[in-house]
Amino acid sequence: MAISRDLLRVRGLEKTFSSGSDSKTVLKDISFDLAYNDSLAVVGPSGCGKTTLLLMVAGLLPPTEGAIWLEGDEIKGPSKKIALVLQHYGLLPWKTVGANITLGAKLQNIGISGKELQETKKELGIEALDHLYPAQLSGGQRQRVALGRAILLRPSLLLLDEPFAAIDTITRERLQSGLLAVFKRRRFSFIVVTHSFEEAVFMGRKILVLDNRAGIRTVLNNPDAGDIAFRSSPEFFERSLELRRVLEDLP
Amino acid sequence: MKRKHLLAYGATILLIYALWYILSLLLGSTILPDPFIVFSQGFMEIVERAFWAHVGASGFRILAGLIIAFCTAIPLGLFLGSNPRFDRVFSPLIYLGYPIPKIVLMPIIFVIFGLGDMSKIVLITMIIFFQLLITARDAARTIDTEVIYSLKSLGGTRLDFYRHVVWPVSLPGIFTSLRIVTGTSVAVLFFVESIGTNKGLGFYIIDAWGRADYPTMFVGIIALSTIGIILYETFDLLERKLCKWKNP
Repeated sequence: MAISRDLLRVRGLEKTFSSGSDSKTVLKDISFDLAYNDSLAVVGPSGCGKTTLLLMVAGLLPPTEGAIWLEGDEIKGPSKKIALVLQHYGLLPWKTVGANITLGAKLQNIGISGKELQETKKELGIEALDHLYPAQLSGGQRQRVALGRAILLRPSLLLLDEPFAAIDTITRERLQSGLLAVFKRRRFSFIVVTHSFEEAVFMGRKILVLDNRAGIRTVLNNPDAGDIAFRSSPEFFERSLELRRVLEDLP
Repeated sequence: MKRKHLLAYGATILLIYALWYILSLLLGSTILPDPFIVFSQGFMEIVERAFWAHVGASGFRILAGLIIAFCTAIPLGLFLGSNPRFDRVFSPLIYLGYPIPKIVLMPIIFVIFGLGDMSKIVLITMIIFFQLLITARDAARTIDTEVIYSLKSLGGTRLDFYRHVVWPVSLPGIFTSLRIVTGTSVAVLFFVESIGTNKGLGFYIIDAWGRADYPTMFVGIIALSTIGIILYETFDLLERKLCKWKNP
């Protein structure tokens, strides 16, 4: 039964990790929506549960309380409609770039034409890397291969866990713009987890700020995200400062 | 095999034979025959069908032992290494079973399986089984959580997990273990073939020793060593072919 016309609906999400008699609640009472073709950046201090939230949305960790719906269906495990790019990209070191990029499509029996494969590689600038192993690639190349693998799954929702963390500032800004252009062309909705205020302001049309008390501190609307001109505007720096102030006020 | 590798092998063999020749001069050729006598004896032996029957018997036993141990220990090790719950249950059994010197069970094995090939294969299998099991289990334990999440999110099933993650991640460790157990299995083969049999290089060596026919004894030693070297190099070659990602 369809619950909402939103792509993603998260309600009352809670995650507690238990080990023997110890338990720690990292997320509590998290609720938010994500519309089609929209983007959400999740920021917060280390250990606030950003990655945990992403893994729950990906169906890889079950919530302790609450539920997540994607296109009206409750997420109870990994979904073919969701693609995840992990912080260290999750490429299999024993497979070449060519085998890594098509692995997901093969596992899900998605027929990929040679043309589609070539176009995706070209779009991401990785068409000449097929025979190389992940250890032979730079951080930026690995990230683009992981992204190519996710794109070929034709997901409704893309989840990115600190995708630019291991990349230098100049390459990062170039990649951010490049990826946003790809997402826009392919009309992807995405959630990006990041440590960087600027990255959050540039990439997320909504910004979710988590705190260390396991809850959402605030949700900022950021309608200009993704616009290259916005990046060099005074508004961009004002919004980055606003986000910095919110994070500095966190307990 | 690369040219440098072949050259290194050739140089080592020459060095061994030079040392051997010097030693045979010092000790006298009755105790240690010089390599040229052994070589000429070797040429006479290799044209005999009986010699190849011994080589065949030893080759069959060692290969059968390795294959059976590989086919049982590796899947079990990979399963335990990737299933911590089962690993916890079986760990005490492995820790108790591994240090027991299985060779002391030889009389019991001979009583149960007789003096034929079966008892020898069972002993080789039992001795190398635990070494392969522990290596495979420990290699499978090293799997990164991110790789597990990655495969699950790509739609991988449990079978895909073994095929695309557990098996390839464990393969370099398995090959290292296979190279190590090659030496062990050749030693065990010699020991089990020196008792209650008239086929195999172990018997061939002991028989020649009993007749004080030292050149023939050395031919047997070289033949047994060659089986070990061939197995070692085969595993090395397979690792280079199947684990290219380790040294791209």
